[in-house]
This record gives sequence, C-alpha cells and structure tokens, in this order.
Amino acid sequence: MGERVGIEVSLAAAEAVKMANVDVIAAYPITPQTHIVEHLSELVADGELDAEFIPVESEHSAMSVCCGSSAVGARTFTCTSSQGLALMNEIVFIAASLRLPIVMILANRSMSGPLSIWNDHTDVMSIRDCGWIQVFTENGQEVFDHVMFAFRVAESASVSLPIIINLDGFVLTHVIEPIEFWDDETVKKYLPDFKPVNQLHPDNPVTMGAFGLPSIFTEAKKAQNEALIQAKPEILKAWKEMGDLVGRHYQPVETYHAEGSETVFLTMGSFGETVSVAVDELRNQGKSVGQIKLRLWRPFPFDEFREAVRGIKRIIVLDRAVSFGGPGGPVASEIRSVLYQEENMPTITNFLCGFAGRDVTAQDYIAMYEQAEQMAQGRVRQEDYIIYGVRE
Amino acid sequence: MEQFNVYAARLVTKKEYFTPGHRACQGCAEALAVRMVAKALGKNVVVASATGCMEIVSSPLPFTNWAVPWIHVAFENAAAVASGAEAGTKALVRKGKLPDKGTVFLGMGGDGATTDIGLQALSGAWERGHDFVYVCYDNEAYMNTGIQRSSSTPFGASTTTSPAGKVTPGQVTWKKNMAAIAIAHNIPYVATACSSYPLDLIQKVKKAASIKGPAYVHVLSVCPTGWRLPTEKAIWIGRLAVETGVFPLYEYENGKYRMTYDVPELRPVIDYLKPQGRFRHLTPELIQSIQERVTEEYNKLKAKTAL
Ligand SMILES: Cc1ncc(C[n+]2csc(CCOP(=O)(O)OP(=O)(O)O)c2C)c(N)n1
Ligand code: SF4
Ligand SMILES: [Mg+2]
Repeated sequence: MGERVGIEVSLAAAEAVKMANVDVIAAYPITPQTHIVEHLSELVADGELDAEFIPVESEHSAMSVCCGSSAVGARTFTCTSSQGLALMNEIVFIAASLRLPIVMILANRSMSGPLSIWNDHTDVMSIRDCGWIQVFTENGQEVFDHVMFAFRVAESASVSLPIIINLDGFVLTHVIEPIEFWDDETVKKYLPDFKPVNQLHPDNPVTMGAFGLPSIFTEAKKAQNEALIQAKPEILKAWKEMGDLVGRHYQPVETYHAEGSETVFLTMGSFGETVSVAVDELRNQGKSVGQIKLRLWRPFPFDEFREAVRGIKRIIVLDRAVSFGGPGGPVASEIRSVLYQEENMPTITNFLCGFAGRDVTAQDYIAMYEQAEQMAQGRVRQEDYIIYGVRE
Repeated sequence: MEQFNVYAARLVTKKEYFTPGHRACQGCAEALAVRMVAKALGKNVVVASATGCMEIVSSPLPFTNWAVPWIHVAFENAAAVASGAEAGTKALVRKGKLPDKGTVFLGMGGDGATTDIGLQALSGAWERGHDFVYVCYDNEAYMNTGIQRSSSTPFGASTTTSPAGKVTPGQVTWKKNMAAIAIAHNIPYVATACSSYPLDLIQKVKKAASIKGPAYVHVLSVCPTGWRLPTEKAIWIGRLAVETGVFPLYEYENGKYRMTYDVPELRPVIDYLKPQGRFRHLTPELIQSIQERVTEEYNKLKAKTAL
C-alpha cells in the first residue's frame, strides 16, 4: 500500500501516468487539462519519467501521434478537454477502429459557444459513439486508480481498445485532495508490460487501417462492436483485482441507499458526492431516496443497471449536456431506451443542470426532488425535461 | 545521377515491397513512384500513408499490397502518425524494450494531403525534428475524389473544381512551392524528383533515409487520368516537365542547392502543355505568361544553385 498525500488531482493523475511507466505522451494544452501535461513534461524534463513527450501543434496531431506510437507498441497517453476533443474527433473514432490501446484523460469542459472554460459534459457526450471504453470518476483517488486500470484494461490482449477517463474540469482537476498513491510493487503486480496484439515492426509486416468496401464494412463494424461489449469481463476483473490489492472496490454501477428506495438520483462524475449529501438530508426528512452512479458509460452495463433500478419508481436523471431539439439530455435518452422494455418501467424525470461550471448545491438537488414529486401528479412526457436553475 | 552508369538499372533490387496487383489506373506514374520509393527503402521501414489514391488502390480489406509494415489513419495526418511511430520506437529502444534496428520511418501523401490539409501536421513534425522521411506524391490535384484542384495544381489546369469556363481559364493561382516551404523549415534534406527519372528518385530517397532528422522528397507523379493524357505518355510527359523547366530536379542539403539534372537549354513550355487535356483550353497569351513564370522561377533556382 502506498503513501497518502495531499496533492492537486491533475498532478496526481500525471504521477499515476508516470508510475505506469508510459512510453509516449502527445498532448496539446487546453484549460482545464493543462496541469496534467505540464506536470508530465516536468517529469520528463527532470528525468523522473523516461518517455517521449511530443509537444504537438494541435490536438488533431496529438491523437495522430498517439495512433502512430501505440501502433509500434509503445504505451501511450494523451489528455484534452472540449475544443481539443472536438478537433481530434476524427482520429478518436479511427483509434478505436484500429484497436489501439491509447489512454486519454478527458478533463470535461463545455463546448463553445459561447466560449467557456468551465465544466460540464458536453464534450464527452459529443463522442458517445466513438467506440472507446469510457469511464467516469468522482474524486482524485478514483482518477489515480483509474489511470492504472485504464492501461491494464486497454492493453490486455482480449480487449485492445482505447479508454477515456472522464474527470470534471476544475471541480476535480484543480482541487487538492488526499490521495493514496500506489507503491511500485503494487503497480508492478497490477499492470503488466504492454504486449501488443499487432505491432508495426519490420520483422513482421502488418497492414493497419485498410479501407473497407461495402462488402466487408458491416462485418468490420459488427466485430468492433463485439470487441467493445466483450471488454466487460476484463473491466470487471481489473476492478476486482484492484479491490483485492488496494481495497477500493469499483463497480460499473454503484449505488447509495438505492435498494428499497422509491426515487433515485442518477449521476455521473463529480456531482455524485454532492448528490449523496442531498440524499442524506432527504432521508433524514423521511423521504425514500437513494442514488445510482454510472461509472461505466461504454460498454453500457445493462445487467448491472437494470438490477440496480429494480423496484424503483422514479429516476431523476441529471444531465450535464443538452441534446438540442431532442428528447431531453443524452443520459436520460439512454436510460429511457435501456429500460423501455422493462416491466414496471420507472418514471424518468430529467434535469439538465450544471452547465459550464454553474454550481449545483445539495439544496438544489433537494429542490429538484421536490419538483419531481410535484410533477409525479401529472403524466411526465419525454420532452418534459427541465433546464434547472435558469435565471429569469 | 553521377553514381549510376548506363547499366545502373540492374543495381535496383528486383524485390517488390509495394507489390503488383494494386488497383491503380493503367499508366499511373504515382504508383510507379511509390514502387520506386519502396524499393529504395527496402524492408527495414515503417510506412504511414495519408488517404488518397495510393492508399485506396493498395489496401482494400482484407488485401494489401504492402510487404512492409504500413498504417493508414486519415487524410491530413500522415506526418503526425509517422512522427508518433518514430517517437514510440525511439522510446522503446531507449528503454531496452526493442532492439535498435535503425528502422526508417516514412510518411507519404498526395499533394492534397501534403500541401493543403496536412501542411500543419507536416510543419509540426518538421519543427519537432523527428527522424523521418516524408514523400509527397504530387499529381497536382485531388485525384482520389475526382480531380479537384489543390494548391499544387498548376496555373491554367482545368480540374473539376477549377474548370475551364467562359470566364476563368481553369486554375487561376500559381502552384504552391512546397519544396521551398520545406527548405524554410531548415530541415537537413529536401529534394524534388520524378518517376520518369527512377534512378535519381531512388538515390534521393536513399539519401533522405540516411540523413538524421527530417527529410522531404517532393515527387512529381504523372496521373494520366487527371491530366487527360494517353496512358503510354506518362513517363514521357514527366521528362518534358523537367526538360521545359516546369519541374526542375534539385536537392537542398545542409544549406546548399544543387541541380541534379541540368538542362542546358530549356524546351518551350508549350511542348509540355500541348499534349495534356487539362491545358487544352489555354490561349497563346496564357501560355506566354506561363512561359514567363517558368523561366523566371527556373532562373531564380539556378541562381541559388550557383551560390
Ligand atoms: C478530412 C477529409 N477531408 C476530405 C477527404 C476526402 N478525400 C479523400 S482523398 C482526397 C484527395 C486526395 O488528394 P491527394 O492528397 O492529392 O492524393 P491523390 O488521390 O491525388 O493521390 C480527399 C479530398 C477525407 N478523406 N478526409
Ligand atoms: S487517378 Fe491518377 S493517381 Fe490515381 S490511380 Fe489513377 S492514374 Fe494514379
Ligand atoms: Mg493528388
């Protein structure tokens, strides 16, 4: 077991990347991701980390360099936020179809415009279908742990897919938290060396990124989809073994007083902790309220999710992005479609909140709960989502 | 050329690394250039290709014409992918995870991939100083998508997006000088070449590979389909591009320019323009202004080689 240190989450993330003995880092600065890359370049400059730090001229090239380095078998890391993700978008999709196990931290930030550097989930929701494994974290410790987790899962031969670790910009990236570092021995036990399934090397020439005629494209996509779905056992195993090693037990869907509750909040990312405070408060008032946190976003944990909501009457889904002109926020849409065929499908009440760093307090969640209670009197239609906290 | 005599062709390896059976058009001199570059580099190479004709004709899943490790990611990022492959290998060698084989890293793309959409990625890779070779196969338009103009399309050429119309005579801008842009990056080696001069091309690519740091070879690659030319005329027209001074063959090494194929007396550009359908509409006045421009540019280059 490692040492517990008070450290900024971004720096801890960079330290975790260092402990994972990464070979190549290619990244371009963007707030609020900057502290992570700055610290990594310091570690390289000081000789504490033996890696190539490639200061690319754009995020598009960052992801492209990552493809090249991962394809030759180098352990590869990048991180970005919002506009940076949008600029590399094209290559993000290709990295997954090439089955390159790149690890990316996405310091979640709203997408322009208006230009904003603050936190919400509009960036990650824009690439929902990119084919990467996608996980959400709630605090600095989870970020640190998930760097190790990400390299292990991504690079395991049965998976060979890239992973995005989402952490909320500023709310997490820029706060100092007590974080338990892993010791080297634990890292060694948990994270084997990267042995690529395919590798660009003259001794064994392979072609990567061939083009697909209509006669083969559908099959290629089906295979890719299956690869992502079949990554789940390895994901569960990696969390299980981490639990055994460091005593923190992660699950695809985590619950807080959800069992037996009538209403649950559904959260992703750092809002989870504040919602837990609101849940405690509401339970003190005698309300039947719990919470479900979605940690694994892709591949979607259908079984665990359906299990977690069994017997629940209402789910208050908190979305941090707008699907303009669509049926509510992107998370609520997914949840509705996941549960649509279920008997006794719970009512979904969808609040869109916390855009671009707008603070949402425990009191706000309590107010949302009360509003949801009132709405329960009438029929709630899909399009009846509420953008919460709009100043009139 | 001085290292080769008339029998030199026999010195070129018979081995093919860009193998027969690809789907390029008949008479495609771009495919010929790719084949010569692959021969020059041999098997100790990793290739990153941009989207374009050469990628499409050589990699229809589940087939490949590449007998060397080859990756295609997207249209505008071959230089970035090549630099990532180079950096990744460098790190693995330094950390003792791979033996040092002295592998060459090659980025390749068409004129569109290089002079337009991929210019930023290429500039970034040059500036960072990766040890790699980049070859631009310049067929003077976006051929893969149906002969649209690029910034490398010459003045006056009719393409599907710079058509010769009633008002405009085809492309109205002058060809971007990509080799000069490469030289402005202060990289150690830059050369122009053409598959009509295969031995010169091979020699330059070998030199580019042997040099530490970034090297750039800009290859004029005749496309009979896009240039509206009989397929058997591809090699011949490439020679005319050089003999008229439209596309001079030279190299730039450590700050020095050198003509690698000296043309004592340039032929008139009309000899080059006339056989090509893409220039069919040009008036004598336009041909005259092209002639003036070619002479002027050629003289400027000659002056540099005299320094
Ligand atoms: C981002 C992006 N924009 C456009 C395209 C469409 N596209 C594919 S190849 C190509 C033209 C290639 O031209 P060039 O690089 O000159 O190569 P050539 O086919 O002429 O050899 C275009 C426009 C693409 N694949 N990606
Ligand atoms: S269009 Fe031109 S460059 Fe493309 S394969 Fe045909 S001849 Fe070659
Ligand atoms: Mg072209």
